[in-house]
Formats: sequence, structure tokens, C-alpha cells
Amino acid sequence: MSRLTELTIAEARTGLGAKQFSARELAEAYIAAMERARPLNAYITETPEIALDMAAASDARIAKGETRPLDGIPIAVKDLFCTKGVLTTAASHILDGFHPPYESTVTEKLWQAGAVMLGKTNLDEFAMGSSTTTSYHKPTENPWRKSGDNRPLVPGGSSGGSAAAVASHAALGATGTDTGGSIRQPASFCGIVGLKPTYGRCSRWGVVAYASSLDHPGPIARNVRDAAILLGAMAGHDPRDSTSATLPVPDFEKALTGDVRGLRIGVPKEYRADGMPAEIEALWQQGAQWLREAGAEPVEVSLPMTKYALAAYYIIAPAEASSNLARYDGVKYGLRVAGDSLDEMYELTRAEGFGAEVKRRVLIGTYVLSAGYYDAYYLKAQKVRALIARDFAAAFENVDCLLTPTAPSAAFAIGEKQDDPIAMYLNDVFTVPANLVGLPALSVPAGLSADGLPLGLQIVGRAFDEEMVLRVGDVLERAAQFTHRPSFIADAR
Amino acid sequence: MALDKAAVAHIAALARIRLKEAELEPLAAELSQILTWVEQLAEVDTADVAPMTSVAAMRLPMREDEVTDGDRRDDILRNAPQSARGFFAVPKVVE
Repeated sequence: MSRLTELTIAEARTGLGAKQFSARELAEAYIAAMERARPLNAYITETPEIALDMAAASDARIAKGETRPLDGIPIAVKDLFCTKGVLTTAASHILDGFHPPYESTVTEKLWQAGAVMLGKTNLDEFAMGSSTTTSYHKPTENPWRKSGDNRPLVPGGSSGGSAAAVASHAALGATGTDTGGSIRQPASFCGIVGLKPTYGRCSRWGVVAYASSLDHPGPIARNVRDAAILLGAMAGHDPRDSTSATLPVPDFEKALTGDVRGLRIGVPKEYRADGMPAEIEALWQQGAQWLREAGAEPVEVSLPMTKYALAAYYIIAPAEASSNLARYDGVKYGLRVAGDSLDEMYELTRAEGFGAEVKRRVLIGTYVLSAGYYDAYYLKAQKVRALIARDFAAAFENVDCLLTPTAPSAAFAIGEKQDDPIAMYLNDVFTVPANLVGLPALSVPAGLSADGLPLGLQIVGRAFDEEMVLRVGDVLERAAQFTHRPSFIADAR
Repeated sequence: MALDKAAVAHIAALARIRLKEAELEPLAAELSQILTWVEQLAEVDTADVAPMTSVAAMRLPMREDEVTDGDRRDDILRNAPQSARGFFAVPKVVE
């Protein structure tokens, strides 16, 4: 078995069960792939010893006939999830040397299900970005290149390390987090699948907080079935997260029936505005056509308030961030820069420890929450958020899910859009609304741009109806037959 | 809203982030640009709208007020940049 890294999670599960190869062999193949993929800088920390220990435990369980759902599946973890005793940085200088004394709920569930940890992946600092270029640990490169152009491209962000690792076969699956599109946009840029579940489906406990009412942990995988398998292991009620849903976790794989006959697919007309590139528009129409051919009925819906989603987001997210990031003060963990007084120590530590984008957002957040401005900015944004939620509720009275593009462009070059924060923020124009209202949303690779780069389509569903989103995404994936491969694959040969 | 250098310095002091004099002018321009852009929300009539304060339609769960974890002082202090006799250590705050 020289091409173990070609297998999907479902295929690897079958192969492990049939004893065609061992969890140790699979882990070794991925450790070799992870090493070969180092030029991408997808990982901040590799944990090969832990991977081999976990694989040995999986092999022992498989031998005894006590196989767990993810036994032997090598997974990369976004370096925003706390992992007990393993360096956790949030890609920030300010968390230098932080080794959490506890494990996040989502990763604990993955290890309990038998998954094998390969390492911790790169991200935008504190998940604030759409390009994985704001990392203190240097940018991650997208394994894809434009045809006839060898300039390195961004993998999207903030879960860019996870997406690049999965796309380049340096991990079989990965965890991500999505606050404004940070799972779906990198999945779209790297030609893979990313799922932001419903708010409350996956526990936020032990995930370094950015904006607590918008942060969603979720899976990144090579296809829709693998995303369904991973979500099943990551989801579930957690008493340590007060917003965790008490609902039972369905068997998400069973939702992949291949049957979308009679479903009504909403196509939001307002998303067409703002000079959408012709190739994105064409792919979107093609997606609707594929679903029509599969027996579903695309219908136009109106979400008039969603054009304000991005502006509301860039008040609410920085406001929550300024509060959440107050804990980084040089006292409890991470970096400390000495000062003559306590206040000076705080100020110098935060000046050196935070990068430019994090400072921008903390300052904006501090301003919009400050006396005299709270009503005009923060309260106004929360009211607009309520109106956006009404829009979605009205649309879902008539349709079963929504179909939109995932991002307004394909991957761009590293260094592009760096000087204009708002141009960077516009990456998330189609993904942010689902964060504001907490709805499940999936990105599926659906085609290539004229430059030969992957483009994703997004399915948004009702709250806690990941099954619908996965079912429609699976049919879209089968129709799109996206078999293109990136320029770089860390194949074990 | 256009922010000037003094306003940026005030916000930075509230946020406990030390800025150099040379950083104030460019930050004032960037933050003003972002604030001007988000002010498009003023177009939206929100007169009778209650602010959305919870993503999910749920009440926060309550539990008994009892200790469920703890006795991990040394685990926690291990990450501290400076500790002394079982405490976090910081620069002197009382003369």
C-alpha cells in the first residue's frame, strides 16, 4: 500500500477494518507526507510521537474487535484548539510557549472516537483574517497554483493551515473554526469541503475565543461524506459550554441519500449584486442547474438585509474580540514584556504580542463599546443582526436550503489585499450572514476558475439541519465531479 | 466618524496597547476608514427592533453552585511568565 494518503476517511476506515493496513502504517504515511509538505508551512507544530502512540492504541482496539468510529484516522488540529500539554499558539506571539493543562471538548471527542493527532495547523492570528497571512508563524501557502503562474497563493483563512494540509494530503481531515467564513472560504480556495455546523452543535469549550457569539468549530475534509463522519465525532452536548445544544447527534452519514427530489433550493437574488465575477455567477447557475437535474426545484428568495451583514459583523466581532482578548496581559501565560508598573507591563506586552490586524480589531472593538458610542455602533449592529435573522426565517418558510457561492473570488497571491483591510473583509461577504444567525453552512468544490483555481458553492440550511445541508452538498458534489488536483500533493511514494 | 490621533491614543490606552507616536496617524486613517464603512448601518430603520442578544433560541442553563474542578494550582502556574510561592507574580502595585 504505497498510496495510503490517497484514501478518504470512509475508505481508510474500511481498509483498517479489513486489516489491509494498520493504523501505524497509515500514521507513518501521513507523518512522511507532513514532512514533505513543510514548504507549505501548514503546520505550526508536528506531533509525530503522539500520532504513533495513538495509532498503536487504535491497532490494539482493532485487534480486539473494539474498533471506534474514527480509529486510526490521522487528523490535523487548527492551533486554536487547546491540546493538553501540546503547544497552543492561536498563531500569536502573545501565547508564546503556552501548553494548556486541559484538552478542548471537540478534540477530546475526536481522540475518544479513536482519531490520531498529526499536529497543530497554522491560522490567521487569533483566527482574524481570510488569508492565513497574519500568523506570527509566517504565512501558509496554498498547494494550488494558477495555471502558468508559479507565484504562491493564500490558502484562505483563517483555517488556512488545516485546509492546505487536507488538500495536499498532509492530513486526512482537520478541525477548523469559522467566525465569519474561516472554514468555508479556505475550503473553497483549496478545492475541498468545509462545514460550519449550527451554533451550539460543536462545543466551544477549550477553543481560544475570538468572537463568542460567532465562533463555530467544525470539520474540514476531502469530501462531503468525510465531513459528515468527522462532524458526527465532534458534535454533541457539553455542559461546559453554556451555549451548547442539548439535542441528540444524528447519524450524519445516513443523511447522504443522494435524493434531493422535491426539495426547494433558495437562490438569494441580492447576492447577485456588487459586480460578481462572471465565472462565479456562471458556476452558481450551474450549481442550481445540477440540483434541478437531480429533481430539486431552485426558487428565487429575497434576503434584503444581508447586504448589511458584513458591516454588522465588523462591529460585533471586534467588540467581542476586544473583550475576549483582554485576558492576554502577560500575567497568566505567554509573553511578558517587563515594565516599571503593572499598567506599563500590560501595555508593552500587548503592543509586542499582538500583530497589526489583531490590534486594529481590538481598537475598533474598544471604541464601539466605549461610553457614548455603544448605542450608535454595537446596539445598532445587534438590531441589524435581528433583521438579518428575520430575513432568513422568512426565506426558510418557503425553501429547504439556500445555494450561494462560497467566496467572491478564487485564491489570491500572498501579499495581495494586505494594504486595504476592507478589501480583505469583502472575502467573507457570502459566508458572514450564516455566522450572524448561527445556521449550518457547507462549502463544496464545484469547478475551476479561468486560471485553473478551485471555486466552491455554499449550501445554507435551517438551524440543526446539517443533514439537509450534507444531503444537498453530497448531490452537488456528485454532479460537479470535482477531480482536479492541486499542483502540490505530499504523496508518500 | 473620523478619528484623530488623540482619539486613537485614548482608545489604545483603554485597550492597554502601547502605540508609538508614529503609529497614531496611520491607525487613525485605517480605523476611520473602517468606521465610515460600517456606518452604512445608519440607513437601516431599526426603530422597533429589539437587539439580537442570543444566536440560539435558548435560555442559559443553570446548575448547582458547587465545585466541579480545581486543585490544579501548579498545573496552571506552570504557564505563568513569573510566579512566586504559589501565586502569579506581577510588578509592585502598592507602595
